[in-house]
Amino acid sequence: MGDGTTIEITGLTKRFGAVTAVDDLTFTVEPGRVTGFLGPNGAGKTTTLRTLLGLERPTAGTATFGGTVYRDLTKPLETVGAALDAAFHPGRTARNHLRVTATAAGIRSSRVDQVLEQVGMSEFASRRVGGFSLGMRQRLALATTLLGDPRVLVLDEPINGLDPEGIKWIRGFLQSLAREGRTVLVSSHLLSEVQQSVDEVVIISRGRLVRTGPLSSLELDASPRTVVDSPDRARLAAALDQAGLEYTEGRGGLIVVEPDPGIVGHAAFVGGVELSSLHRLKSGLEESFLALVGEGEGEA
Amino acid sequence: MSIVRSVGAEFQKVLTTRMWWLLAIVLVGYVAMMSGGFGAFLGWATQNPDAAAAAGGNTGLPPGVDLAPLLYSFASSIGYVFPVLLGALAVTTEFRHRTLTTTFLAEPHRTTVLSGKFASQLVVGAVFGVIGFATSVGAGAAALAAFDLDTGLDSSDTWALIGRGILAMALWGAIGVGLGALVPNQVAAIVIVIAFTQFFEPVLRLVSSLNDVTASIGRFLPGAASDALVGASFYSVASLGASDSLEWWQGGLVLLAIAVVTTVIGGATTWRRDVS
Repeated sequence: MGDGTTIEITGLTKRFGAVTAVDDLTFTVEPGRVTGFLGPNGAGKTTTLRTLLGLERPTAGTATFGGTVYRDLTKPLETVGAALDAAFHPGRTARNHLRVTATAAGIRSSRVDQVLEQVGMSEFASRRVGGFSLGMRQRLALATTLLGDPRVLVLDEPINGLDPEGIKWIRGFLQSLAREGRTVLVSSHLLSEVQQSVDEVVIISRGRLVRTGPLSSLELDASPRTVVDSPDRARLAAALDQAGLEYTEGRGGLIVVEPDPGIVGHAAFVGGVELSSLHRLKSGLEESFLALVGEGEGEA
Repeated sequence: MSIVRSVGAEFQKVLTTRMWWLLAIVLVGYVAMMSGGFGAFLGWATQNPDAAAAAGGNTGLPPGVDLAPLLYSFASSIGYVFPVLLGALAVTTEFRHRTLTTTFLAEPHRTTVLSGKFASQLVVGAVFGVIGFATSVGAGAAALAAFDLDTGLDSSDTWALIGRGILAMALWGAIGVGLGALVPNQVAAIVIVIAFTQFFEPVLRLVSSLNDVTASIGRFLPGAASDALVGASFYSVASLGASDSLEWWQGGLVLLAIAVVTTVIGGATTWRRDVS
């Protein structure tokens, strides 16, 4: 029906009284890729998604699916599957929750058991949601998004509350959905949480866009560093000062602004300091992310 | 048709949680106790007027009052609180458990969702009416029959009363939806329902019946209108003045107007707000 699969946010602004939650935001999310929608808590991610889904009214600008606002989609759940806050009536079973939603959206009820199977919740189908862990609720929310076999998925913090096994599972799952040509938008306040599953990033801070593009473009940003530690950190710090190296203190040791561990090791050797660890910082992504969103940098 | 889907989904929402049958059980217990208990007491007092008078008792009934309609109408005169509660909960639960998000994602047209709730709660209220009147007629008629009094079950007037009573209960279900849309806070809505139906309205009806001017206003109170629609009530006998109640159809229109106006106002205010 011409219902697009591209998410288009154009000049979106949302104010709550004197507070501007989203400020003239513009970006596009393309199909076939997993896009991470990133920013610290309170950056305006959830407000943007709620506006996109017609739950909140924008103060200015538009948020559409290929030009069509959510409420004008002919069959919304068959175009867009969205999971926002994994909230359910605690007295209703998982299967009944899905049945109610399927009925409301005009989706055949045979889909209910299919999506439960898809998210690995079949054995909990007849259990009341009130007894579910956050991870199980997240899975049920994901099952709800899949009911209409939609071309677009919008997931707000879907990894929150999942156990390590669940995180691994959802990463693969999102990738496979994108490979089927779907548009997948996943929000998170932690880059590290999604960096293994996203291809593109849209980063916002204080309601404004700070970066959009492939994840790899962010990697280029990250200046390589070296982490070094010693049983006697004060002497190590003195030795680094001596060598004129810049560093900050992190939890795992001192983070030195120097890509070559050899140079850092040499500085320690010159200072006569025993080292307990010395290695390159594997990824500076989180740091460059934090630098972008203005949350300070250098914490490892 | 999205409205048909919406009504269907709202029925499923009611039937897949426990509240409806919990309230139905309380309704049955409450109505059985009142109509059966009063039926037995009034039956005994009618059959043994001397003993009743000697015991200092008085049926309090003006002569010539038919017992049967009085007992049967307990289903709506005291039972109407249950469809109101269920109707209000149908709306406030969505706010309380933040399920409005899922509801509005499945059906983004909010008027359709609210219409679905209105229509489905009319039916749920009618079902509660059937349950309530089955109980009041069962318990009341059993008590009357035990004292060889006329059960009125062979009279078409009795069945017309039951039919109007079921209609009243249906309208109360819709009023609940309107109230829930006006007051989305679940605790506040429940407190309002209980306080108004169990305290304020009975007091207002009693007080307003003392004076002709206030009595003409008091008959528009929702409970009074409901009793007018049904055609009999414990309250109308218990109130002091024999004030004129509304015609049955006027009572029905008053209830319908309350249901529609509250739902429309709620639908244009709280129901329109951002869901966050």
